[in-house]
Amino acid sequence: MAPAAGVRRRVRRMLPRPALAAAATAAVGVALLPLVYLSVRVGDAGWPRISSEVFTSRTGQLTARSVALAGLVTAASTVFGVTSAFLVTRTDLPARRLFGVLAALPLAVPSYVAAFAWVSTVDGFEGFWAAALVLTLVSYPYVFLPVAAALTRADPAQEEVARSLGSGPWHTFSAVTLRQVRPAMGAGALLVALYVLSDFGAVSVLRTDVFTRAVFTSVSLGFDRTGALVLATVLVVITLLIVSGEQLTRRRAAHYARLGGAGRPPTRLRLGRLRWLAASGLAGMGALALGLPAASLARWFGEGVSRPGSLTGLATAAGNSFTLSAAGAGLTILLALPLGLLGARTPGPVAVVLDRLAYLSHALPGLVIGLSLVFFGINVAYPLYQSVWLLALAYAALFLPLAVAAVGAAVLQAPPALEEVARSLGRRRFHVLRTVTVPLAAPGIGAGAVLVFLTCMKELPATLLLRPTGMDTLATELWSQTSVSAYAAAAPYAALLVLLAAAPTWWLSARTGVLAGGGS
Amino acid sequence: MRTTRPGGAASVALVTLLTLGPAACGGGSEGTPKASDKKITVYSGRSESLVKPLLEDFQETSGITVEARYGETAAIAAQLQEEGSRTPADVFLAQDAGALGAVAGKDLFAALPDVLLDKVPAAYRDEGGEWVGVTGRSRTMVYNIDQVAEKDLPESVFDLTEPEWKGKVGVAPTNGSFQAFVTAMRVEHGEERTQDFLHGLKANDAPIREGNGAIVADVENGTLATGLVNHYYVYELAKEKGTSVDTLKAKNHFFANGDIGGLVNVSGVGVLKDSGDDPDVRAFADYLLGTQAQTYFAQETYEYPLVAGVASAPGLPKLPSLKTPDIDLGDLDDLQTTIAMIKESGLA
Repeated sequence: MAPAAGVRRRVRRMLPRPALAAAATAAVGVALLPLVYLSVRVGDAGWPRISSEVFTSRTGQLTARSVALAGLVTAASTVFGVTSAFLVTRTDLPARRLFGVLAALPLAVPSYVAAFAWVSTVDGFEGFWAAALVLTLVSYPYVFLPVAAALTRADPAQEEVARSLGSGPWHTFSAVTLRQVRPAMGAGALLVALYVLSDFGAVSVLRTDVFTRAVFTSVSLGFDRTGALVLATVLVVITLLIVSGEQLTRRRAAHYARLGGAGRPPTRLRLGRLRWLAASGLAGMGALALGLPAASLARWFGEGVSRPGSLTGLATAAGNSFTLSAAGAGLTILLALPLGLLGARTPGPVAVVLDRLAYLSHALPGLVIGLSLVFFGINVAYPLYQSVWLLALAYAALFLPLAVAAVGAAVLQAPPALEEVARSLGRRRFHVLRTVTVPLAAPGIGAGAVLVFLTCMKELPATLLLRPTGMDTLATELWSQTSVSAYAAAAPYAALLVLLAAAPTWWLSARTGVLAGGGS
Repeated sequence: MRTTRPGGAASVALVTLLTLGPAACGGGSEGTPKASDKKITVYSGRSESLVKPLLEDFQETSGITVEARYGETAAIAAQLQEEGSRTPADVFLAQDAGALGAVAGKDLFAALPDVLLDKVPAAYRDEGGEWVGVTGRSRTMVYNIDQVAEKDLPESVFDLTEPEWKGKVGVAPTNGSFQAFVTAMRVEHGEERTQDFLHGLKANDAPIREGNGAIVADVENGTLATGLVNHYYVYELAKEKGTSVDTLKAKNHFFANGDIGGLVNVSGVGVLKDSGDDPDVRAFADYLLGTQAQTYFAQETYEYPLVAGVASAPGLPKLPSLKTPDIDLGDLDDLQTTIAMIKESGLA
């Protein structure tokens, strides 16, 4: 009898607790809402329509170009992100705190603003390579931030051992350091890849024919909703492949993920003459990613005579952006908590599957997410329709993976022993969660909330479709002004949008630890 | 923290969706005809900065509160189709006739009264009487006066496939206004000639832009010599530069003698089914086709007023002098063929 009981106990430990599993399933349900909508509408379309839309040489070209763009941007973002993170955290780079902030700030620049800036500065700037450059410049912080945080926390002892055994700096970096930060790098790269697949702003301005653009073109050409949704389904299939692929590499890298909580700073590599070369490289990146858009906005404002309606209008739009994004971030984190907890505390097939499912609609364009929430609001949650909460739900469906990754990482760092002590003292599970786990993981959860918050601020298509009637945000005002060529009036909205997003980005980069410790 | 309450409601709703699934869809209530409550909801595919002053004026003079949602015309058309009979909208103000045709095609519009329809010439309204044009926009060829002499301007849009225009004519094939133009060409000149024209543009390396605004901006700064656009974009550019159109390098060339290159398309309005009898909505539709609103459009957006007796902006040729082909501007079946042809030609 005893062995059977032991097995049962082990099985029980592998299976998640029912309440947590139910909450996590509900959260994944929100992320899957768009897929329910897609299957309903694509089902309506019927097989002949689907096959005539999907099995064409154009779909093949779109797939190849979308995947190539995502691959190229992900590779470039990983190289830039890891290099700048390493330079900022592990070397004697001059002004490294400044560069730490500079490397994170492009996250505050919406891709359509960056693309507009480039097009209006460089003649004939368009197509695949142009889109790849702009998308890399705005998305490499997705890799920089987690990798910089991982490098700051990683146990320097492993590197010291390697060095003492005669390993050179480059070999130590590739064999030890890079492996330590591999999970962080993989998570960031996945977000970049899915972001590129879902982005519409840059590819439309730079006229690169990829899936999102084809989806929008389908809707705006001949108002063909069904064709658009069938194409969007192909995007889900591509996402499924990428997400499963990343899961496979993650499993192989799992044993590197246990980072020691060493409380001392790592040794800094002396760059010597390369110091200034590295500094000018980072400065150049900053100039391209931040300086060029800033100069462009200033020029729009100076060259045109249109102006935003009033300062009150500007302030109201900023306030609305803040409210909607805060609601979105709040709801997203709330939904991410059970998923992140499940993944960190009861890892197993159920947690893995739920975690991966949360990513499936992450690469869908905002327009599709917007339409699916219109469908949901009209048919199921009519009282919520055109309220802040339905838009918040759309944000959650769009950005849940950003929050889940942050919550999961934060909970992993909170030692489970403390929870066990609280339990042994007779505290109930929910009480332990509220008084021990969440407070311990709070900074990481906060980082996730901030990341979702600033991503919500930049979101446009779903916001346009779902916002409460009459509620203008910075992003919608920016769109409204540019659609009548009033670029000067648009510039202050764009600038305010970037500035408001920059504050939380600053905080995010401070959290990674690059601002702490010695150095200038 | 009040975040939990609506979140809870949302998850209850979610569970409902997952259990009922598709069975829950499309079961919207028919609703009852709306009576006057001194309030209307307008979905506007036209830009806020253009429409808002007009809506505020209407609100002031009529005492009817206007709630307005702004968005891309095509996205709103998709939204209205998704909302079906449960839409909160009373009125759809659209950038182009195709979008109105798409919504009318789903049987979502109420029939408009003849007195309203008759204010506008038959070419600029729906044959079935479900939407009516509010303003007209003419297709033109914008050109840079330093790069193209007036005497060299073509008489017909078909001339643009000739070798002397190689690489010089910017087009926006993914833009609705270009498609309406191509559709009209098919109706007037047949599929074969249209196909030749599109292939001719492609073979002539016509530079491609995302929209009309980008073409006009590039013609003004000299990057492009000419482009096919709507007539009011040079006015928008002049306004943004704080100058008059006469000082711009970019000028409109209107194709005369009824050439298809001078097609006139419309922006227009449709009333959602349940609001057909709402006196507030009727008052709004009357207002849009009244002298005041028509004058506003003529002077602020430089579009053609469609109601008799209102003058268009100075410098524009008179609307009746522009010949319009006999096509149904909202006919989507035709639009689908056009799109297939544009794609096939390699322009989009």
